[in-house]
Amino acid sequence: MSISKEIELRFCSDVGLVDLLQEFSDSVSKAAGFDADGQYWIGLAVREAVTNAILHGNKEDRSKVVELAFGICEDRLRIVVRDQGKGIDESKIPDPLDPKNLLKAGGRGIFFVRSFMDSVKFRSRPEGGQELIMEKLRSQKNQGEQE
Amino acid sequence: MTIDTRTANGVTILDIHGKITIGEGSAEIRKTVRDLLQAGRKNILLNMGDVSYVDSSGIGELVSSYTTVTNQGGDLKLLNLTKKLQELLAITKLLTVFDSYDDEAEALASFA
Repeated sequence: MSISKEIELRFCSDVGLVDLLQEFSDSVSKAAGFDADGQYWIGLAVREAVTNAILHGNKEDRSKVVELAFGICEDRLRIVVRDQGKGIDESKIPDPLDPKNLLKAGGRGIFFVRSFMDSVKFRSRPEGGQELIMEKLRSQKNQGEQE
Repeated sequence: MTIDTRTANGVTILDIHGKITIGEGSAEIRKTVRDLLQAGRKNILLNMGDVSYVDSSGIGELVSSYTTVTNQGGDLKLLNLTKKLQELLAITKLLTVFDSYDDEAEALASFA
């Protein structure tokens, strides 16, 4: 998989930045050829992944950095979110669709990421911290008319 | 986000404008709902027609407001869901939890 364009952002753990980052994501996914719906859902996945990294990864410690990388490849958009936290055990993320969790206020962020992207992987980084790697295929379906 | 409050047929309608997201003071809905419950106003209709964006935090606020109201014997219903919000509520199976309406008169009648 060769990446034709790559963009990487580094920022402090501040949820106040999430709107700005989502708008940036919208611009990148538009440049990658996604239609308005595609931009919206990718932007929401980015918002949720970054929020998760800030709140649960870096525990809102502003001295800790979050990195957000976009790679526009021939057949897909690849987005990586890195934090400096201890990482999460995927198997322990509660299922928000389980009837006992349905009326809980939280716990839907990663579910949204998985719902809107074609693939999502978590990886512990050898140097510490965690990486969330998500991809959206640049299929014909995702590349309609620009609004 | 801003909230305008009005009353019709004994139902309090909250017209919500803007984003319901983690960066936009989504807790304001919960606070407004709690204030209404304290004032004895237990029939609440959230008009979502002018809501431009909702994330998982916003969905959590809606759920939290819903459970707070129903636990106190009230009703909280949704009006004018946008297509995107409808999709979010569908994939989270919350469309089965919330009563939602496209017509205000019909929504108000449902509280009777």
